[in-house]
Amino acid sequence: MYIVKRFITMLVTIWVIASLTFLIMKLIPGDPFASDADVLPEEVVENMRAKYNLDEPIPVQYILYLKNLAMLDLGPSIQSETRTVNDLLADGFPASATLGIQAIVVALIFGLLLGIIAALNHNRLLDYVSMVFAIVGISVPSFILAPLLINFFAVKWGLLPVASWGTFQHSVLPTLALAVTPLAVVARFMRSSMLEVMNQNYIKTADAKGLSSFKIVVSHGIRNAILPVVSFIGPLFVALITGTFVIEKIFAIPGIGKYFVDSIFNRDYPVIMGTTVFFSTILVVTLFLIDISYRFIDPRIKLTSKGD
Amino acid sequence: MSRLLDVNNLKVNFKTYGGEVKAVRDVSFHVDKGEVVAIVGESGSGKSVTVQTIMGLIPMPPGIIKGGSIKFQGKEILGASKRELRKVKGSKIGMIFQDPMTSLNPTMIVGKQIAEGVIAHQKLSKKEAKIKAIEMLKLVGIPNAEERYNQYPHEFSGGMRQRAMIAIALACNPELLIADEPTTALDVTIQAQVLELMKDIQKKTDTAIILITHDLGVVAETAQRVIVMYGGMMVESGTVYELFENPRHPYTWGLLNSIPDVEGPEKKKLIPIEGSPPDLFSPPKGCPFAPRCKFAMDICVEEMPGNFEIGEGHLAKCWLNDSRAPQVEHVFAREEEKAIAVGSEK
Repeated sequence: MYIVKRFITMLVTIWVIASLTFLIMKLIPGDPFASDADVLPEEVVENMRAKYNLDEPIPVQYILYLKNLAMLDLGPSIQSETRTVNDLLADGFPASATLGIQAIVVALIFGLLLGIIAALNHNRLLDYVSMVFAIVGISVPSFILAPLLINFFAVKWGLLPVASWGTFQHSVLPTLALAVTPLAVVARFMRSSMLEVMNQNYIKTADAKGLSSFKIVVSHGIRNAILPVVSFIGPLFVALITGTFVIEKIFAIPGIGKYFVDSIFNRDYPVIMGTTVFFSTILVVTLFLIDISYRFIDPRIKLTSKGD
Repeated sequence: MSRLLDVNNLKVNFKTYGGEVKAVRDVSFHVDKGEVVAIVGESGSGKSVTVQTIMGLIPMPPGIIKGGSIKFQGKEILGASKRELRKVKGSKIGMIFQDPMTSLNPTMIVGKQIAEGVIAHQKLSKKEAKIKAIEMLKLVGIPNAEERYNQYPHEFSGGMRQRAMIAIALACNPELLIADEPTTALDVTIQAQVLELMKDIQKKTDTAIILITHDLGVVAETAQRVIVMYGGMMVESGTVYELFENPRHPYTWGLLNSIPDVEGPEKKKLIPIEGSPPDLFSPPKGCPFAPRCKFAMDICVEEMPGNFEIGEGHLAKCWLNDSRAPQVEHVFAREEEKAIAVGSEK
């Protein structure tokens, strides 16, 4: 029951986001052809407006837009005449997603590891080293880190390609550049969570049973400590797979970040709408999945709504 | 009777920003096979630190062992390696904690929490350990043990959880069970049940028990010997009979006077012990109880009393037991209280 309810809420959320995006966009004065109006004959501009339904009253445009959206048709791109928004996403998303997934895997594995090591060596050298690393990771922006990585790994040592996209080797540097900040955030999160858990009474119980330190940490510590970290993985995951404009630009990766930013400058309504709805759908779906996954990590959480 | 545990001159400090807290200052006692020894004393008197040191559960730092020895079955375990200590912990000494609500891992089924200790010590397969765990759940009086095995702690009530804790502690048939205020966090009716269970198991398995408690009623009912702790020291120790009949330390008198008596014919006023426990950052050089003691003499503040031997195994750390001290009897204290009680009623 809970899952069905949660699913319906999810659809409503997406509808609200889509409507708000539509509304806000229409509030901005001007339209995609505003700059063309001075150069082109009036009839041509009129024709173009008609082609994209921009001559209809706004409520009609809204209904048309929702209709298409329901059929997963995000409409044509205004800037590129031959391609639809669906084409653009299909084009850019695989690269962005690959990069994002790799980055989140790296961030999680090393972030969790670093956090655990720091917590278990609380106030000792390893703790300080991990946390200095984490603070540096959080403070150094990716657009500084990326050129540094390129300079050393690609230019000076020639180990990896400088930029572009294609093989796995191409993805290593952008993945690193993208992963460092979330890695550091995860590490700090996990450290404080782990410190709290290791002071709990049940850890003392486990110790009194005569279990090995390894067993105590793995089966009693980590599972409890990871809970608060999971809630934060959702938005992070979405932010990483939906493309990061800066990293994609620096490494010349054909991802969706570029289309999104360009579309705003070009007033390319369908692309703005399409990418926004696409991003938010992924976010909402991920949060939905994370909510369900809690059930398996924390037995105290039951998937029932209040009345049940 | 053979000696099971021998604690000698144990001293434990804690490093804090404010300085070193002398939590346990010179504690010596022993536990024989199959014996129930109670440790009583107020919060902060060093009871828990003492037993947690035995189990090696004191985190170091901030804890520091300042000296002493703890021998279990004749073998020194104070300062033993983690690996050595692990062989004893959970298998030969089991421990129950005060708060059953937080002492079980919330994300692991209860049965597994019992079984993992068995697996660690007895080289049993997972299947055999499960059978053993279900057997333990039955032993501690949990109905539908097979079903309960697969439940999480939040599906257990407080009393049930403490029963599960007892099952964990006893799973490997330990020689010694340390119960650190096992009933403090429970409802009164459940307290009685859990105590009954512990006594029952003690009889069946002949496990020795160190029972930490605030409740002298519990002591009288379960223990053979009592240790009274105050300010990190043992102030009096002896058999239950000796201690209740012939207490020789004013702090013990105070404790005895603060037991509520529901069966007494008249309304008895409870007499609190005035004042607060000593500052263990810089404990007084004399008797730690002197500032609160009605019978304190000059020497009490100046010099730490030794252990006066009152009778067979009955020790009291109080200058009143010196031959030169004025004769003050516990009866004395009782009469004085009566006077106070009468006075207040008028």
